[in-house]
Amino acid sequence: MEFGFTTAAYVVAAVLFILSLGGLSGQESAKRAVWYGIVGMALAVAATLVGPGAGLWWLSLLLILGGGIIGWIVAKKVQMTEMPQLVAAMHSLVGLAAVFVGFGTHAELARVFAMDEAARGALTGFAGLLAHKSPVEVSILRVETFLGVFIGAVTFTGSVIAFGKLAGKVTSAAKKLPGGHALNAGAALISIVLLVVYLQSGSTLALIVMTLAALFIGYHLIMGIGGADMPVVVSMLNSYSGWAAAAIGFSLGNDLLIVVGALVGSSGAILSYIMCKAMNRSFVSVILGGFGGTTGPAMEVTGEQIAIDAEGVAAALNDADSVIIVPGYGMAVAQAQQSVSELTRKLRAKGKEVRFAIHPVAGRLPGHMNVLLAEAKVPYDIVLEMDEINEDFPSTDVVIVIGSNDIVNPAAQEDPNSPIAGMPVLEVWKAKQVFVSKRGQGTGYSGIENPLFYKDNTRMFYGDAKKSVDQLLPMID
Amino acid sequence: MKIGAPKEIFEGESRVAMTPDSAVQLKKLGHECFLQSGAGSAAGFSDAAYEAAGVTIVPDAAALFGAVDIVVKVRPPVESEVGLLKKGQTLISFFYPAQNKDLLEAAKGTGASVIAMDMVPRISRAQKMDALSSMANIAGYRAVIEAGNNFGRFFTGQVTAAGKVPPAKVLVVGAGVAGLAAIGTSTSLGAITYAFDVRPEVAEQIESMGAEFVYLDFEDQVQDGAATGGYAAPSSPEFREAQLKKFRELAPEMDIVITTALIPGRDAPKLWLADMVAMMKPGSVVVDLAAERGGNCDLTVPDQKVVSDNGVTVIGYTDFPSRMAAQSSTLYSNNIRHMMADLTPGKDGVVVHNMEDDVIRGATVTHEGAITFPPPPPKVQAIAAAKPKEKAKELTPEEKRAQELAAFRKQTRDQVALLAISGGLLLAVGLVAPASFMQHFIVFVLSVFVGFQVIWNVSHSLHTPLMAVTNAISSIIILGALMQIGSGSFLVLVLAALSVFMAGINIFGGFMVTRRMLAMFQKS
Repeated sequence: MEFGFTTAAYVVAAVLFILSLGGLSGQESAKRAVWYGIVGMALAVAATLVGPGAGLWWLSLLLILGGGIIGWIVAKKVQMTEMPQLVAAMHSLVGLAAVFVGFGTHAELARVFAMDEAARGALTGFAGLLAHKSPVEVSILRVETFLGVFIGAVTFTGSVIAFGKLAGKVTSAAKKLPGGHALNAGAALISIVLLVVYLQSGSTLALIVMTLAALFIGYHLIMGIGGADMPVVVSMLNSYSGWAAAAIGFSLGNDLLIVVGALVGSSGAILSYIMCKAMNRSFVSVILGGFGGTTGPAMEVTGEQIAIDAEGVAAALNDADSVIIVPGYGMAVAQAQQSVSELTRKLRAKGKEVRFAIHPVAGRLPGHMNVLLAEAKVPYDIVLEMDEINEDFPSTDVVIVIGSNDIVNPAAQEDPNSPIAGMPVLEVWKAKQVFVSKRGQGTGYSGIENPLFYKDNTRMFYGDAKKSVDQLLPMID
Repeated sequence: MKIGAPKEIFEGESRVAMTPDSAVQLKKLGHECFLQSGAGSAAGFSDAAYEAAGVTIVPDAAALFGAVDIVVKVRPPVESEVGLLKKGQTLISFFYPAQNKDLLEAAKGTGASVIAMDMVPRISRAQKMDALSSMANIAGYRAVIEAGNNFGRFFTGQVTAAGKVPPAKVLVVGAGVAGLAAIGTSTSLGAITYAFDVRPEVAEQIESMGAEFVYLDFEDQVQDGAATGGYAAPSSPEFREAQLKKFRELAPEMDIVITTALIPGRDAPKLWLADMVAMMKPGSVVVDLAAERGGNCDLTVPDQKVVSDNGVTVIGYTDFPSRMAAQSSTLYSNNIRHMMADLTPGKDGVVVHNMEDDVIRGATVTHEGAITFPPPPPKVQAIAAAKPKEKAKELTPEEKRAQELAAFRKQTRDQVALLAISGGLLLAVGLVAPASFMQHFIVFVLSVFVGFQVIWNVSHSLHTPLMAVTNAISSIIILGALMQIGSGSFLVLVLAALSVFMAGINIFGGFMVTRRMLAMFQKS
């Protein structure tokens, strides 16, 4: 009876989760979709608590509540610009939880096998479930547990490194230990050998060593990926955390875990795929290679970067009829979105056409810029995607590039030797005038020289993005 | 490289192919500049001005030809100049290779390369060196000025205390560069301007310059200028008749007629016949810009101004640009300078005669002892072909159905193949795995499938909320922990408790952040 109720609740929860993801297809329906997700989660937790195998109600509720309060506070306080870090950090929690649950299963299994027949028969709950498994089922269970722990461990260290990179605590450049991919391959090989050992013996040591190897793979894999590929990495880790949950679901025989794990896993995978396509790079090369691997000398950039002051930019803006703003990670770092929004309001009030051009990989998360601009109350119908706006640059008077670099780099089209050759970019240089707001003369996140800055119609507007835009505001009249 | 400009030998030619300004620009490309003494004086540039710009002055043409690698000129070279050319030298000037076959042979014989400025293809990239256009612009302007000089009245209408003056009526035939320039000049002087062209697509340009387009009711032939590189092509006899009829209607009213009709590589078409001149009022003026090629007007005598029996002045000068030598030298020398810039891609004074380049190939008429005229058609279309009125013809219902059917078949084939493969794999797994596993496995496969179907529709701007939501949902792992927390083993209990705690953070944090983000999206 109880079991039937739990299953029914799981079905409802699964439907709610699917609706929740599907609802994100539009801004308005998305607000409803979150509630589906919340209700689904509440239902799933409640059903599990009353279902078979669960115990220690009060402890469970207390822990959920305790964690919930922390999560609530963190989510409430976090700046929108720190969103990528937060998401990465939360992925690491899921990864770690998967590892713990996997180890729990392992310990439980060992305990059950240590018992004699009679005692086994008396077991209830999860242990009872284990006790009734046939030998084949037990080895499948071991594979599942092993996989869950492996993916969970990779997700954990990977997310921690991604968090460090996004928060600026770890260098964003692609770094590899000597040995490169061979180290990863070695660790993966060790894990496979250990899987066989673990299948034969159920040895705890094998599981622990494998976990260490997986932790290393997660660390090394993400260290080797450059900052500009972070959006792909984050969604990939998201996908991993889903697969880990699915694997654990198999080992626990819990259908809802499997369903939701698969949903999350496939959604992360698709997201990564969409982004890789947007950057014209293969998924495998992003995951394994990161940036680097140029095939020849980069095209020489001639000319010089010409600076301009706020008066000059303001004068051009006052004269312009159409303006396109291209925001990038620099805007997020400088917290300039409010100022940019204010600038947009002022320009629009004067009857100028102001639009935003968002590259699919601008920022450090997919859709990062959309979120920031939305936070600053920039209406989303003037925020356009690359394909929608790329053709309009030649007829645009002024383009303001705020803290983006690679996504407006003409080398992607002009220099076949460039590391980003072939990546679709926003063709800002076709506009009549381009202003680039940038902190200094250095290269950007990816370390690639940008010929845009040397073009005749480009002027460099040096300084912190927020201060620069604030300087402009009083001059727009 | 050394670049030198000789004095133009042609009678009455005042232009020069290099100005002090262009010399400065040429030096920036890494070239050295030379000039025959006095070459610029007719255009108002003294030797001293050139010297100040760093140009070396050479006493005569022979010394100049001897000293330089590249000779720049305005007029096509005469025999004596061709004789001075030597192997390896390059001559850049107007050349008209189609009309000057003998000259071309002679130039070939010298082994020198000749770049004809009149052969620069009409593509966007080459506009900066299109000397025909820059000279035509001047000619058009000057034509109006010459007409005004010979016209006894105001252009603009005036009502004065001494009486009312009607505005002059000007007809411009042929709205090429020269025609448009003439239209602009004449309207800005206040005349009522009409313009005619065989290419209907220029009507818009004519009207944009402030003139009225003279429409011709003739349906059969519509010329598309795009097909001929932006130039007019000969018209059919019927069309010509209709055209002349229209001109006869207009002739009595017109005070000034400026004809600019030229067809590349042919004599100028006769458009303003003797009877039309006879119909015009005494004191009217006809300026024939096509005089050099025989003229559009029956009465035109090249290089001369004649007055008809009924007192109509017909001007047949062929040297309009030369009459404004300072202006035309400046523009022409800039055209030359741009050509040199294309020839020295490295800006290091080294000339690369790249015969793969459309512009350079098109303009080169002799190269390394061979005649390279006429050039192959340029790889880039001069002007986008005029779009046909109707976009792609309507598909018949049968064709449409066939297309849909084909697309449907292909889709079906792909899907069936995919299903067969994945189904096969699933069956293979089912053969070895126990039933309890398969039960879960089917759930898994279905969920992945649903996930794929659902996520494709998520809009790009919501990808971050999507990640936050999936992140929150992925804390479903809490179920596993909750199932284990009741276990008797202390170790399992601790691990499970930790997992529950962490998942708790994630659930609340994830949903909270998503809600915050979505609340921000709003319409304008």
